[in-house]
Amino acid sequence: MRNKRAWFLLTVMMVAALLLSACPAATPAPGGAPAAGEETSAATEAAPEAPAADAGGVQIPDIEEGKFNVAFVYVGPIGDGGWTYAHNQGRLYLEEQLGDQVHTAYLESVPEGADAVRVIRSLARKGFNAIFTTSFGYMDPTEEVAAEFPDIYFVHISGFKKNDTNFANLFGAMEDMKYLAGMIAGARAKADGSNRVGYIAPFPIAEVIRLGNALALGMRRTCPECEMDIRWIFTWFDPDKEREAAISLLDAGATVVVTGADTPGPVQAAGERGLYGIGYDSDNACEVDPEHCLTVPYWHWGPAYAQLVQQMMDGTFVPDDYYFDADTGIVGLLGFMEGQEPMPAVPEEVIPEVRELLAQMLAGEFDRFDIFTGPIYDNKGNLVVPEGQQLTQSDLEGIDAELGAMLGREGCTICMNWLAEGFVPDAEIPQN
Amino acid sequence: MADWGPLLTLTFLTTLLISGIRLAIPIFLAALGEIITERGGVLNLGLEGIMLAGALAGFMTAYAAEQSATPWLVGLAPWLGLGAGLIAGLLMGLIMAVLAVSLQTDQVVTSIMLVILGQGITTYVYRQQFSSLTARVTGMKPVPIPVLADLPLVGPVLFNHDLVTYGSLLLLAASLFFLYRTTWGLNIRAVGEHPAAAETSGVNVVAVRYGAVLLGAALTGLGGAVLTVAQLGIFNEGITAGRGWIAVALVIFARWRPERAFAGALLFGIATALQFRIQALNLEAIPYELLLMLPYVLTLLVLLQGGGRSVAPAALGRAYVKE
Repeated sequence: MRNKRAWFLLTVMMVAALLLSACPAATPAPGGAPAAGEETSAATEAAPEAPAADAGGVQIPDIEEGKFNVAFVYVGPIGDGGWTYAHNQGRLYLEEQLGDQVHTAYLESVPEGADAVRVIRSLARKGFNAIFTTSFGYMDPTEEVAAEFPDIYFVHISGFKKNDTNFANLFGAMEDMKYLAGMIAGARAKADGSNRVGYIAPFPIAEVIRLGNALALGMRRTCPECEMDIRWIFTWFDPDKEREAAISLLDAGATVVVTGADTPGPVQAAGERGLYGIGYDSDNACEVDPEHCLTVPYWHWGPAYAQLVQQMMDGTFVPDDYYFDADTGIVGLLGFMEGQEPMPAVPEEVIPEVRELLAQMLAGEFDRFDIFTGPIYDNKGNLVVPEGQQLTQSDLEGIDAELGAMLGREGCTICMNWLAEGFVPDAEIPQN
Repeated sequence: MADWGPLLTLTFLTTLLISGIRLAIPIFLAALGEIITERGGVLNLGLEGIMLAGALAGFMTAYAAEQSATPWLVGLAPWLGLGAGLIAGLLMGLIMAVLAVSLQTDQVVTSIMLVILGQGITTYVYRQQFSSLTARVTGMKPVPIPVLADLPLVGPVLFNHDLVTYGSLLLLAASLFFLYRTTWGLNIRAVGEHPAAAETSGVNVVAVRYGAVLLGAALTGLGGAVLTVAQLGIFNEGITAGRGWIAVALVIFARWRPERAFAGALLFGIATALQFRIQALNLEAIPYELLLMLPYVLTLLVLLQGGGRSVAPAALGRAYVKE
């Protein structure tokens, strides 16, 4: 009898374990190594006091008197080689630019939800002057803590909430770089004679759809007959899943695979077949296979961080919806920025066109709204953006009328819930 | 209307099965190791941590060998990596054996500790050793078996894999022979069923359990190394992503039989490969989310279907106190 009960309990445990492992993480799983020169400002190097009781046992770093103290809350480890790595590079850039005026610290792999509230609150209590929270799931926790500490600045990355006193949101127009990456992917697929590109999409959210659409429109610019296949993987970070999705796209005839997730695994998988990949997030993503990696649209958070922190120190900071375009330097395209050379597999004929358009973007003459100017059809052949009309910011972010009213913004009229022409006609957005 | 035709094409089936086999191997090796351990009466739920240890040890060793200037060392890199994964598994198994067999600690608690240890130590060591975020190893290339690899469907599916895959199939055969046709195998099973009777027959229960735990952990560590060294060519923190837990579940589904564990791992691998390939077929009747759940749901179903009629080793999870 006891044995039977024990096995029942074990089976229940296994079922629970399976269900837990089946739940796709909405955040990057840990991965990677710290960048060189991390020791000084890593949270782990903080004073050896007891962990703050309300921070869930997390060691809260110390502030430095006489300096403007800035804390960063990361969803993944600083060595993920993607999203968090790019943010940490931005933090290091901030230190480099503002020198002895600022002290920075960070906490990595902070779970979204209640844990985040405790961590952010503990950082505020510790006396940090500004706190940057770097994942979509930190939006509500940041809003909650910002209301409790009106004298501290809070900036949330990738969300859409703000207040009138001390809480802003920040993001960048990665769609600019994805459009250019699409042009390169299209040119490569055309040169290969496959006319087929694959896109690995993490989640069916406005951001991922927007970037995918920019990619497809860019692809159609250089290869009007090209089609883009898509795989939804429901994770930001899972090397084996990303790789398997890439393999399935390659098996379906794609000769270029573009990832919207956080590891360079898809680039590697394509390279192993002598085919091509485009990475994401971090400017080192091509290192896995420089011969077969075409480019990487990457984040460069440093200039935005430096600008906002300088304003905070000067007392001129205004909480707002900060959505920076390419001309601010927040985004880049590997192989095409100043001092860089295109990767060897980029077709020669597309290089001048990409360079010219990038120059216009960096000069502020071509922006995200120009990418999404009609006429644009969806992948079913329906006209979604009429001739001459441009999408609004609310359209791009998928902020509907109800949410817009809550935020004091105009709601979207052409909400980002469609796939652009260029995606295979069969492709669908999973309904949540 | 959903078009099921493409599911039946030769290309679709071939690529699906090739991927399914690749994805199955690390899980199968871990499950096989756990079968041997549990047959000896020790419940080790720490496979996730042991796989991680094997994955990192294997990756670091293969990476170091590839970075060396010695040509023969570079050539041996994947094999050295797999060996290191096996040794890392052995060391983790030794911790389990000392605590659970010698010191008679609670086996569930001890093995859960191994998971936490594996996660923590691999994160720490990897960060200390690698400043390059994109460190990678070459991995293993498929070795087609002449003539057989050219056969339609079965050729590419069965006879065009890396040596680790072929080796895993040999391990399956060897484990069946070992467990059911050798004195050592008989001793392991006897100790798992009735340790007191085995002791009376002259079997050293502690030694046999040590052997079962060490062998099982070594195979699990090897499974982790296969993942990073032979397949992915990279290491990331938490790269096993729940495979260790899947392997523990498969042991129950397999009713402690190696051949059933292989079938279960293969089922999981094919279901994982299917979830992406089926997206291309516009099967509107099936929600995407359901496809992504497919490997886990299938494993759960077979676990519940098989588990009810399972007969676990009678002394599983119980410390043996010599009377």
